[in-house]
Amino acid sequence: MTFIDIVMLVVSILLLIIAFLAVSEKKLIKSVIFLSALSMLSVVSFVLMKAPDVALTEAVIGSGLVTSLFVFTLLSIKKEEAK
Amino acid sequence: MKKLLAFIAVIGLGVLIILALDNNYQFPAFGHAYLPSRVSEHYITKGSNVDIIFGQTLNPESGPANIVTSIVVDYRSFDTLGEVTVLFISALGVSLLLGSAVTQKRLELEFKPNFMLRVGSRALFGIIIMTGVYVTLHGHLTPGGGFPGGTMIASAMLLLYLADDQFRAKIKSFKILEGVAGSLYVIIGLIGLIVGTYFLSNFLDNGVVGDLLSSGIIPIVYILIGLKVGSEISGMIDNFLTEEEVK
Repeated sequence: MTFIDIVMLVVSILLLIIAFLAVSEKKLIKSVIFLSALSMLSVVSFVLMKAPDVALTEAVIGSGLVTSLFVFTLLSIKKEEAK
Repeated sequence: MKKLLAFIAVIGLGVLIILALDNNYQFPAFGHAYLPSRVSEHYITKGSNVDIIFGQTLNPESGPANIVTSIVVDYRSFDTLGEVTVLFISALGVSLLLGSAVTQKRLELEFKPNFMLRVGSRALFGIIIMTGVYVTLHGHLTPGGGFPGGTMIASAMLLLYLADDQFRAKIKSFKILEGVAGSLYVIIGLIGLIVGTYFLSNFLDNGVVGDLLSSGIIPIVYILIGLKVGSEISGMIDNFLTEEEVK
């Protein structure tokens, strides 16, 4: 088993665990943060699988833009509920 | 208890998937797949019998050094036009839902940007926009291209929105830029139809593989896509962060 194999194994186990946490978490904001961590880890796995194009797009959209849009939507929903 | 059972089920399914893929004769080990059996060999060799050498080969069939770009923007450019249209329609839907009021103002949230966030965002803004422009310009040489580059530019705009709770971009000019870039993409395609033989055909000289100014219309098309995606997603961010003004 080479070094890359071990890294790949660790990353895939973490992917499974974080995906489970993102689904099972009760608080929505924590779920969004887990989703962001999931995209970041999938970027690592894409780079390990030699797909830099997909990795770049995933890094920008998955962990940057989508997370911030989710967070702002949650904030504005909370504001509506407080009224 | 329920959580524990669900966790065990998830791990079990994950192991099952990995084992099923690992011992399957149809799923070769990583890096050992025979590519011409999956992708048409024509796209990999660019239709020539000799090897394509970075920085030497003159005027190949398809210019980009990055093979993904040579498929996405050269061989299958019409698909990319459809992809851009899909993004346009989703931006249209967002602005119909969230931005239809005549006067808009910034969303009042219960968080005020502090000193560090304000200064840090201003400092990072330039770096992020430079990275976005670099990724867009070098789309035919390195991984990336118009879509990630445009999204990077839009995330720089998002940073400006975060840094100042009164800031609003000039969203009208973004809309004009978006329309102009999208129409220019179609016009370039139509010029290809008139000058060349088919829609979006590469009517400029391909040049040497690996040069910044090479591969004909592909850098131009990628810059247009970058501008369009960047302004579109900036408009979407503006729609998310504004609300109807109550008088």
